[in-house]
Order: sequence, then structure tokens, then C-alpha cells
Amino acid sequence: MSFARSAIASTRAIVSRPAARGFSSSSSRRSESLFVHRDTDYNNPNIKFEFTPENLKIANEIISRYPPQYKKGACMPLLDLGQRQNKGWTSISVMNEVARLLEMPKMRVYEVATFYTMYNREPVAPNFVQLCTTTPCQLGGCGSTKILETIESHLKIHPGQTTKDGKFTLIEVECLGACSNAPMMQIGDEFYEDLTPETTVKILDALAKGEKPKPGPQSGRQTSENSAGLTALTSKPYGPGEFCSPEFR
Amino acid sequence: MIRSRAIIRSLPKASTSSSRQIGISAGSVRSLATVSDPPVRHYGGLKDQDRIFTNLYCKHDHGLKGAQARGDWHKTKEIIHKGDSWIIQTIKDSGLRGRGGAGFPSGLKWSFMNKPGWEKDPRPRYLVVNADEGEPGTCKDREIMRGDPHKLVEGCLVAGRAMNANAAYIYIRGEFYQEASHVQQAIDEAYKAGLIGKNACNSGYDFDVYLHRGAGAYICGEETALIESIEGKQGKPRLKPPFPADVGLFGCPTTVANVETVAVAPTIARRGGSWFAGFGRERNSGTKVYCVSGHVNNPCVIEEEMSIPLQELLEKHCGGIRGGWQNLKGIIPGGCSVPVIPRSDCEKVLMDYDSLKDAQTSLGTGAVIVMDQTTDMISAIARFSKFYKHESCGQCTPCREGTTWMMNMMDRMVEGRAQEREIDMLLELTKQVEGHTICALGDAAAWPIQGLMRHFRPEVEARLAAFHAKNGQTLFGGALLSEADKRYAIPDNLGGDATRNIAQQISAP
Repeated sequence: MSFARSAIASTRAIVSRPAARGFSSSSSRRSESLFVHRDTDYNNPNIKFEFTPENLKIANEIISRYPPQYKKGACMPLLDLGQRQNKGWTSISVMNEVARLLEMPKMRVYEVATFYTMYNREPVAPNFVQLCTTTPCQLGGCGSTKILETIESHLKIHPGQTTKDGKFTLIEVECLGACSNAPMMQIGDEFYEDLTPETTVKILDALAKGEKPKPGPQSGRQTSENSAGLTALTSKPYGPGEFCSPEFR
Repeated sequence: MIRSRAIIRSLPKASTSSSRQIGISAGSVRSLATVSDPPVRHYGGLKDQDRIFTNLYCKHDHGLKGAQARGDWHKTKEIIHKGDSWIIQTIKDSGLRGRGGAGFPSGLKWSFMNKPGWEKDPRPRYLVVNADEGEPGTCKDREIMRGDPHKLVEGCLVAGRAMNANAAYIYIRGEFYQEASHVQQAIDEAYKAGLIGKNACNSGYDFDVYLHRGAGAYICGEETALIESIEGKQGKPRLKPPFPADVGLFGCPTTVANVETVAVAPTIARRGGSWFAGFGRERNSGTKVYCVSGHVNNPCVIEEEMSIPLQELLEKHCGGIRGGWQNLKGIIPGGCSVPVIPRSDCEKVLMDYDSLKDAQTSLGTGAVIVMDQTTDMISAIARFSKFYKHESCGQCTPCREGTTWMMNMMDRMVEGRAQEREIDMLLELTKQVEGHTICALGDAAAWPIQGLMRHFRPEVEARLAAFHAKNGQTLFGGALLSEADKRYAIPDNLGGDATRNIAQQISAP
């Protein structure tokens, strides 16, 4: 939205004051995510990163899933592993270490790390709140707009920001694939579904206290069945060979 | 001659009774050719015994023991011993079509792997399972992987045997952590029990199954992008040909199939192709997992017969539309990539490939997004445009630039800040993106907007008119006419010709 607004604003400026515009006065447009690495004190190649012995074992197990000449197939899982070890974000050192381990050019790893949205290239809080705001979540239940307002007012942050106490980071994400349980959010690895403003606050409060609230639908249903009572799969599931053609009985 | 006389004779007699009886009396005279209408078959009402995914709601154990109790891994060895052509023929007989959206006949697709002389090709061969479920509205594969992961692993083996593959990679989207751990658990259990791996199920066939987790990119649901992603690169689709069946994953013959397509294969093999073909209309056969979201009373995921009427699906399994059927505004029947249809169409369509195609939309993944009268349809579609702008991989210019343009224009349409002629410009833009990109993401971004303008154009026009009534006419691009510099003529590409009225200027000297 803001992007569209600024585009309109610049058009308006052109129309009303054409003479005032010099050659170099067009404003820079900021992309929604950073694709350029700049060395900072918390993120530079001199900070050492190494996989722990346990993670190295997992890493070797992952590498063995791919053909030996295609070790780089393990790039994505290893970046994920590195991100988990590195407190939830992928620093330049993590990328370099993955490149070293897989004998890949560093640039190839940077390409992957910037392409996929799940690699956080800036530090995030331990409770990384990802709220889905795509249309099905916007429509379903009470609507994700209400949930977003609830989180914003409860944590006093906007999407893309971290709370002052460093416990929560909030971002808006695209469809997370739990549309029948809309609205939903993901915190860490867990899905919290069928949210209402009340249950959202309850979850956030529990996490702030260091507890782990029960993931899944917050409305009382187990998964994505009809909440008013099952309309299918009410009988005992059939067993081996039942209803099969004679040779497979 | 005799017959015609008989009819004439019967007519005056029948004319005194109702028209229904005329038909009967005339019919009783006809003796040579009796043509009767075939009985009208009603689809829907699938019984539990015919449901393939018996643990869709995770009510039972998803581990190996529970899965075996529900009939998974039952005589898999015999299926494998039947050989590739038997499995492919069974799948062909069943009429199974790909469940990922395109609806390509699966038996045919799998047979592309077994070209004449394939045995001489020394390269390994792969089956890749597409579990990168990112289409907004779709949440069926998730339930399959949570509740019935062994159906998927067994499906990999059966489908892999059909195409003589050596290994399968299951590509799960990164956000699905619980689902990935259930599938990994199933893979580990199957290895331990000797069901996959070397000499899978004691059949003498070697088959490996690996899990690969994605990291949040919708585009990786496209088959070649998914292959690139497993290879550890950016998920940017490849040009076809060569098709993956020739040069795919790691340069080897590969087939990419949706989770649901693969997971139904063992059950079809055990119960017979004709059993599966018995559901749904011709060429749309089988059962399907539908996922319903949006403005229904009880949104849910449900396995039903193909060709079930859309209205029945919603009323039987989802408690109907909020506020009753009359409160319905429109439905997107197959995930965000397909055009929306209005209520009048929703009453008529059956949930299958052909019926929805006739309604100028598509079955897609079977993700039904319901929108009632409270929905701001323009804003709902504009949100999809934002989604596509976010998810475009940036490889092809029409898509990269076009999705951004579409998003900007749709955002202005939501507010009403646009010239009426820009609606057609937007439609033209969608036509310029559609079909001009490597993959179908460009098409998918264009279709929802086309659907909106096809069925809800008056609503968009009313929105623009309301904005103009309040703020005055706008130029192309959203600037207000009142803010334009009156000292200069407004160029036509900013809408100048739309604001000039030459006839008026001539008549008013």
C-alpha cells in the first residue's frame, strides 16, 4: 500500500512541478527486504560460526541423502540447521560455513539464502510470530485483520519490528497452508490455528512467561474436521485387505 | 403406417387427461425402439468404506502400527511383483488425474518414464513428490501427511515401481514442521521394517525415500522450480523442453507428482482401477480431498466423491454459508489461482475438472474459498495480487513487472482511485502477462483479476464512481485531476484525452 501511495505521490509531484525536478532527484525505492549485505558489528564474516558436533553429525546425515557429486543439494537443509543453531537467524558466517562444508562457491549460498523467505538475515526474537494475512485467513473465522490489530496493540509493535524486551518479533507472511483453520499464526515451528483475539492474547501472554501453549486449533477441535460434529469418518476405519480385490485380500 | 394410425387414435383419448399420460400412452404403443433417458446419477455421499484417507483428522495412530491396522503396507510386495506396466495400466483404468491442479492423467504421465529402451539408460531415475502446498486456500496435503504419512511413503514405492525409479524425494514446504516430522517418522519406521530401502518389502526391488524441506517459496510448487530447489539453487522454473521425464532432478529422468496423487496409488492398486473409476463423472473419476475455507459455518477438510455439486459439498459438510445460501457472494473453487464465480454459477457447478472448466474456472487443488456478501471482493482479489507480487521469482520480466503493476492497480481499485478506462487497461495487462512466462505463475496472477472483472465489474465501476463523486475525476495512474497543473495540457498517456471534451469546447464559445 505504502509503495503504491509513494508512486502516486511522485506522479503528482511530476505533474505539478515539472521544472523543479533535476536529473538525480528521483527518490530511492526501498525493497521490502534487504538483498545487500553490509558488515555490521553483529553480522560480519569475522564472527566465527561452526556447527556443534551433534549438528555436524546431523549435517553429514543430510548430505548423505544427496548424490555425492551433488552435495550442494544439502544447501537448504544445512542453512536451516545453521539458522536453528544461530538463534533463529542466518548470519553471513552461517552461509560461509555452509559453503565451506558443501564445497560450493559462497555466492551460490548467498543466492539461496536471499531467495527463500524462511532464512532470516537479521536477528529475530526467540518468539518469532508469523501471522498469515492472505485472503483465506483474512476471510475465515474472525479474520486476520482483527488478529493483527490484537497483536499490534498487545505487543505494541508493527510487522517487521521486535518488542523492547526482545521477546517477540512480528511479521506478516503469505499463506501458511492451514486455511480451513483460519485465522492462524506460526510461532517458531508451531501452528496456532482458529484464533480469536482472546486466544491470541492468551498465547502471547503464556509465551512471554516462558510457557509453551498448546499448538494447533485453539477452538477445541482436533485438526480440520467439522467443528459441529463429524460428517465423515465416523465409523471404525477398515482393516487390511478389506474391500480389496480378491488377490489382495 | 399402422403405428401412426395408432398414435392418432390414441391422441383424442389422451387429450382429456394430463400431458403426462400422453407420454405414457404414446410410449406404450412404441414397440420397435424404446429410448429411455439414462437414470440421472447423483454424485456425492461417499461412504466411509470408500474413503482412502481414513485418518484424515488424526484421530488414530499415524505410526506404522496404526497404519498397518488401517490396511497400509498390506501385500505391497505383491503389487511390486505385478510390475510397472500392470501398475500403470491400473492407474490408467482408474482414470486418476493429477491432484495438484493441472489435472493431467497420472497413468499417462508415469508412463513417460518408461520410454522404449529406458533400460539402457545408466542414469538413476527419480520420483519427486510435491508437498510444497502453498496455494492459498489449500490445506489437504497437510492433513494427509499428518494423519496418513505411511500412505504417502507406500505410494512413493508403488508409484516409483511403476516408473522404475530408484529413489523418491518428498519436498515439503518449510513451514510444515509437524507434517515433516510425521513423514520423517514414517520413513524411518519403513526403513527399519524393511519396507523401503534395499530389497523393499522383500520384493527384490531397491527403493529409497528422502525428505527435503523447503524454505518458504510458493514458486517451488512449480515442478521445475521444485527440482532446482532440491538441487540447492534458487527456485526458478526451467524452460521446457527438455521435460523432467528426460532431464530432471540432477540431470536424470524425473517425474513430479502431488502428494494426493501418489498417496492414493496403493489403495487403487489393491482395490482395483474400476473401483476408483466408479466415482464421479466420466473422465473426472475418483475421490478427492476438498478443503473449504472462508465464510462457511464450519470450514473443514473433507474427502468426497468427485463431481459432487458445490452447493451440496458446502451444505452437507461445512454447515452451509454464514447467513444462508442467499448471503453468498462468490466462490473461488480451486485455490487463489482460479477465477471467482458468482452465486448463480455456484448453484450449477459440480466439483470436477470439466464442470468447473465450463464455468470458466478450474478445479485447481480443490480449495474452496467462500465469500459472503460482507466481503469486499475487490480487496480480496487485490490481496491475491499482493501475494503474487511477493511470490514472483523475478526470472521473467512480464511476471516480475506485471505482478507489481497488477498489485498497484488493484490497490488503487480498492480505494476507487482510478479512471474507468483503467479497468480495461488492467485486463489488457493481465493478457500481456498470461502465457508470456516460463511457468504458470504469471497466468495464475492474471486469472483472479480476469475473474473479478468478468463477474463483478459493476462493483468495481461503482467503487470508482463513488471515489470520483467524492474527489473528482482522476488521471491514469491515480493522480487527481484537480491537482493537475492547469497551465499545461495533460498528456494523453496520463488520461488527458479522457478529460477533454472537444464537443463541449466547440459548442461553448
